[in-house]
Amino acid sequence: MNDLTGTGTLLRLALRRDRVMIPAWVLPLGLLVIATRTTISGLYPTGAGRAALAASMATNGSLRALYGPVYDTGIGGLTAWRMGSTGPALAGLMALLLVVRHTREEEEAGRLELVGAGAVGRRAPLAASLITGFGASLVLAVFITLGLLAQGAAGALALGLAFGGAGCVFAAVAAVTAQLTETARAARGIAGALLGVGYLLRATGDAAGPGGPGWVGWLSPLGWAERLRPYADERWWVLALFAGSALILVATAHALVARRDLDAGLLPSRPGPQGAGRRLAGVYGLAWRLQRGALYGWAFGYAAAGLVLGAITKGAADLGNGNRTVADEINNLGGTHNLVDSFLAAMISFLGMLAAVYVVQAVLRLRGEESGGRAEPVLATAVGRIRWAAAHLVVATAGSAALLTVGGIALGIGYGATVGDVSGQLPRMAGAGLVQLPAVLFVAASAVLIFGAAPRMAMASWSVASVTLAIGLYGPLLKLSQWALDLSAFAHLPKVPSAPVTAAPLVWLTALAAVLTAAGLVAFRRRDLG
Amino acid sequence: MNSAIEVTGLHKSFGRTHALDGLDLTVARGEVHGFLGPNGAGKSTTIRVLLGLLRADGGEARLLGGDPWRDAVRLHSRLAYVPGDVTLWRNLSGGEVIDLLGRLRGGLDEGRKQELLRRFELDPTKKGRTYSKGNRQKVALVAALASDAELLILDEPTSGLDPLMEEVFRECVTEERDRGRTVLLSSHILSEVEALCDRVSIIRGGRTVETGTLAELRHLTRTSITAELAGPPNGLARLPGVHDLDVRGNRVKLQVDTDQLDAVLRQISESGVRGLNCAPPTLEELFLRHYQSEAVAR
Repeated sequence: MNDLTGTGTLLRLALRRDRVMIPAWVLPLGLLVIATRTTISGLYPTGAGRAALAASMATNGSLRALYGPVYDTGIGGLTAWRMGSTGPALAGLMALLLVVRHTREEEEAGRLELVGAGAVGRRAPLAASLITGFGASLVLAVFITLGLLAQGAAGALALGLAFGGAGCVFAAVAAVTAQLTETARAARGIAGALLGVGYLLRATGDAAGPGGPGWVGWLSPLGWAERLRPYADERWWVLALFAGSALILVATAHALVARRDLDAGLLPSRPGPQGAGRRLAGVYGLAWRLQRGALYGWAFGYAAAGLVLGAITKGAADLGNGNRTVADEINNLGGTHNLVDSFLAAMISFLGMLAAVYVVQAVLRLRGEESGGRAEPVLATAVGRIRWAAAHLVVATAGSAALLTVGGIALGIGYGATVGDVSGQLPRMAGAGLVQLPAVLFVAASAVLIFGAAPRMAMASWSVASVTLAIGLYGPLLKLSQWALDLSAFAHLPKVPSAPVTAAPLVWLTALAAVLTAAGLVAFRRRDLG
Repeated sequence: MNSAIEVTGLHKSFGRTHALDGLDLTVARGEVHGFLGPNGAGKSTTIRVLLGLLRADGGEARLLGGDPWRDAVRLHSRLAYVPGDVTLWRNLSGGEVIDLLGRLRGGLDEGRKQELLRRFELDPTKKGRTYSKGNRQKVALVAALASDAELLILDEPTSGLDPLMEEVFRECVTEERDRGRTVLLSSHILSEVEALCDRVSIIRGGRTVETGTLAELRHLTRTSITAELAGPPNGLARLPGVHDLDVRGNRVKLQVDTDQLDAVLRQISESGVRGLNCAPPTLEELFLRHYQSEAVAR
């Protein structure tokens, strides 16, 4: 009997609970890497073509910030380049969500108390969660390695470990943040913010030219993932950075868990008010109160992302003007002739698709309130079901509109500052942001329909958002056929600002969203609660 | 329209499970009605049908003269509900939740709220996630009791309270009754039901098995008698209503149907009574009898 007694049993429990979640992360991520390999070998079969692509990418700081540097122009090297900047970040996201889910979330829900009263060591739940997070990361690493074996074993292993290493480090980061806060939401938020900082450090380091602050990239685990240099004379010693930092973080988490009480965090929690203020008066006040924290976080992210993307727009377009390959790459994403506008259109569309993720999360609050038993006391008062649901949907809709406006404004400021035209770009991009709203509402409406008609499947709403995002991000690259691209509501929007605004798609998307929402609400009114 | 709640032949299934199987329940206005049954008997399901949260598959339910599904919102402004398992919003303080629920219902009595907070010794500034089960229940209780609703629906409201707080709860319910409010009290705690309730319904397996005043129900139960006699008893076994007769020398133990008590006591006293222990029928016994017969039925 020691601090780790019961780890094996808890690990089996975690794997049983994650038997859908882990494959749902690992399979698409791994398949994406393999599909990218296939696409690149199809699009750039000759060494000369790949070299031209690499040369154009390497000289431009803005594109390096987006995609990272090209170290090698082989098929494997380009696969590592294309996937090596965002892929490890996604692996890190998977790992941190898994670890918080099995640590602070269990504790907050009170289930850890039940488990901890058994013959279970104080550190066993943490150890089991970390093994789960590490395990999922390493399974992903093995999957990628096997998938790219044909391109060369060493490079395949290095790219796999770049994903796996980033996953392990962020699993360990989450293990620490889960000790700091009393709520799982805050633990996820802090770990996610650190992941975002890591991404920005990587982008800054990659964008820096000779003599610039390229060393900044070394501060981020996502930078290490690139600097492992898969397929380009692998630097295996970089793996020691992953291992060392993960080890230090794991030791920190274990030290913290041994020092604190169950349910307590290290960051203090303050008492609340004696009674409700005037604004917490009805279902709208309640919905706003419950959703505002998440919205503030998203808005901050949108402002930061918009400024950064706007600031690199000019550089990306400058380069494209002299280079067919890059021009094609950008026009592929963004639409038509003017490269700057194409790039801006691609970025605004990207911000729109991220808003679909926000809105699914906001709509699923309804299900969370219902299954958590918190809808029941509200619906037992003089509040009808439709009014209760509408309050959350209004917050979700207004929140989406606010995010798109903030993102558009930030993009306008970021780009306008580089060309000395903030007053012109700001309203133009804010408008372009709002053009995305009908597609966001369509995704929201799909989630409402699932919530109303099949509440037990509510989590499937996430797949609507993730399929939309995957089609938008990788569809053009993977040369998907038109019907597949059309599955995303965003494919039907006018590509503002590079194309003029056409009302028709905005109107029918909004109308469709309204119909789906109405159907979802009618179904919700007719079904049992619970 | 005299009944606050009128339920006849209620049916509700979840998949293959028949949670309610023809349940009847009548609660008169102004009474405190005990709603008893083992775990899984269908108490919470019945309450949730009455609140319009679940839709009945069959049977009829009337609440304050309306249809609990169709007229939910209108009816809810006249009732207050305390769920069996109270979950609060993690980042709202208890005071905020009490005010919010009151406002959603259409108002609450600020003076009464303060008084209840004091009596239940509840700190309203703590956040929802930091309350214990008992304190979460107190939040819901204060919110319900501070309302001016005419009907209170309480689903095992004291399961997390300590004995002192349970006493406060009993006082409060008694006050509510004196003010003419109707209370439906689902409970496991028989002493609480005996102390508070005018009438009781006992349900099992989704059906009502007994209903009536406590006096009526007691009538159905047996009194247990232990007697020390001067000589050996005789004739007891032949009397109607005698059960579990156990004679050892001059000592006799038996159970007797309460309506046959008189004849049996007469027979016993003929042998000369030296000592007598006569245990009155309790709700527990009634309860256990129904529960045990369920266990046997399984």
